[in-house]
Amino acid sequence: MATIPSLTIRGQFGDYGGRYVPETVIPALEELEEAYAGLADDTAFQDELDVLLDRYVGRPTPIYHAARLSAEIGGAQMYLKREDLAHTGAHKINNALGQALLAKRIGRTRIIAETGAGQHGVATAAACAMLGLECIVYMGEVDVHRQTLNVFRMKLLGATVIPVMSGSRTLKDAINETIRDWVTNVETTHYIIGSVVGPHPYPTIVRDLQSIIGREAREQCLAQFGRLPDVVVACVGGGSNAIGIFHPFVDDTEVRLVGVEAAGHGIESGEHAATLVAGTPGTLHGAKSYLLQDGDGQIYEPHSISAGLDYPGVGPEHSYLKDLGRAEYVGVTDEQALEGFQHLCRTEGIIPALEPAHAMYHAAQLASALPQDQIVLINLSGRGDKDMTIVAEGLGVEL
Amino acid sequence: MSGPIQGHRLAATFAQTKAENRAALITFATVGYPTPADTADVVRALLAGGSDVVELGIPFSDPLADGATIQHASQIALEQGTTLKMAFDVVRDLRAEGVETPLVFMGYYNPFLHYGLERVVTEAGEIGLDGFIVPDLPPEEGQEFGTLARSHDLDLIPLLAPTSTESRIQANVQAGSGFVYCVSLTGVTGAREQLSATLPDFLGRVREHTDLPLAVGFGVSRPEHVATIAQLAEGVVSASALINVLDDTPAARRYAALTDLVREMREATAHGQ
Repeated sequence: MATIPSLTIRGQFGDYGGRYVPETVIPALEELEEAYAGLADDTAFQDELDVLLDRYVGRPTPIYHAARLSAEIGGAQMYLKREDLAHTGAHKINNALGQALLAKRIGRTRIIAETGAGQHGVATAAACAMLGLECIVYMGEVDVHRQTLNVFRMKLLGATVIPVMSGSRTLKDAINETIRDWVTNVETTHYIIGSVVGPHPYPTIVRDLQSIIGREAREQCLAQFGRLPDVVVACVGGGSNAIGIFHPFVDDTEVRLVGVEAAGHGIESGEHAATLVAGTPGTLHGAKSYLLQDGDGQIYEPHSISAGLDYPGVGPEHSYLKDLGRAEYVGVTDEQALEGFQHLCRTEGIIPALEPAHAMYHAAQLASALPQDQIVLINLSGRGDKDMTIVAEGLGVEL
Repeated sequence: MSGPIQGHRLAATFAQTKAENRAALITFATVGYPTPADTADVVRALLAGGSDVVELGIPFSDPLADGATIQHASQIALEQGTTLKMAFDVVRDLRAEGVETPLVFMGYYNPFLHYGLERVVTEAGEIGLDGFIVPDLPPEEGQEFGTLARSHDLDLIPLLAPTSTESRIQANVQAGSGFVYCVSLTGVTGAREQLSATLPDFLGRVREHTDLPLAVGFGVSRPEHVATIAQLAEGVVSASALINVLDDTPAARRYAALTDLVREMREATAHGQ
């Protein structure tokens, strides 16, 4: 395979990415880009972040051999990158903490963020509490009711949670409302976006902050096996945990990269969130990327059992990797994700979040067809405590 | 049917209002609101009040630069199946009636992109549209659309904000044509009580870089606002306040009330008061 061309061309990933936002916030994006570029040589910033990642987040997270699961499947060896062990229970803290530090560095004391399931909101609220920053989280009214525990957690951590009543009252509307707040308060406020989406430089910043997942995993594989994994699998909503683990492997062309999207009730049902599998390119939330859109270019409401994957867009770098053929993307249904979820619980004593349960299901399918000496690395991006009521409902259990 | 000044209607209108020593009044209707069948009548009511330019808002599912009023109007319009094609039909009908007032589309980029940029400008040129305002298409992303629009004598109207730096002001005015849409405040669309105090300073900074007419919008809801802006700029845009009239007036009196407010605003456009 030929060398991959440079992934970042003036904020674009091939034809994807860019800065499709109102003029009002563009100077702030330029300022952010400049401040971020300055951090490359700022060892004091990097040291501060490294110490917090070590002592506050609990990094590095281990890779764990799911031996019983692998034996039951009878194929390749499955290894889990344990992001579920990170502080606040998911990989989201890697980005929230780095951006909160960056906000402090550029003199912004008011932080805004959107959240769907609440994991990014909780991570941002925790980082802001620890750094002494004001934190406002926008959350679709539908999600506020679906995720009452995470709303309470954010409030305990000192954040203000604002229910969003516009549009479909879910994640995409929460992002719209956060951008509206930013357009209005741009001079005092930093927007901590929760995934590798949004206008340049956000997809790059979030990618870089989440790449610690893949850098650690790559080193851990080399140290433990003396070689790289054969396949890396991660779930994709906006795509931050997937880019985080994929990115350090992109130039290792012998490593197969597989992104797993939410196929909801099935692609053919139209009720899914499989943007890369079934969408088409367009512009949403500041970037050009694959989208779920109708024949008039209107964005339609996705469906997934997992609130963290329930998003009609996807990070532009994933669109680029898809078109290049460097990564492949597949869909896993609600029902299949519940199967992957239960399988991991029973064989390994680990309760995953519903998002990586999608990746677990597909990884098991892949592993079963591969020889036993092959290695499949799965990003276990979060823990499942937040999903107990949804899983119980999905399994028809009354709590 | 093409009028004799198609492609230059905006320039001709601003020349005309300048000769009359007043600002141009630019008004707004969301296509498909209150219902798709009402759109042409809403525009006729805006024209009857003396609008110099009318913006036709193309509804989008995710209007991130808009406040509650236009968000709501867009959502209602989409729920009733409004499409970009309907907006073209409205313009075609109005031109067939002999309306020569400049008409521009104001909408987010994705519906245009999805329709096909080439197809958008070709149809727009054929039916006698005059230009586009695309709030999420800054000049660095808008080169292709701008070039296509110009090739059909259509204006891609640049937007500037109080936060725009000198270099961004320059880049925006060089890429655009027709007039410069100056966003009066740091925020989203919507009626407000007062205008921003920093407006004169902002307009002064813009004027250093362009001879295009400047029009001020966002938050312009009353004839007094129009009168204030008419002392500072060549154009005044009012949008959300007009939708509020449609919402707040019983259906039978709706168009008359809209025409009345537009007329009051139009009477406040004189320069040099």
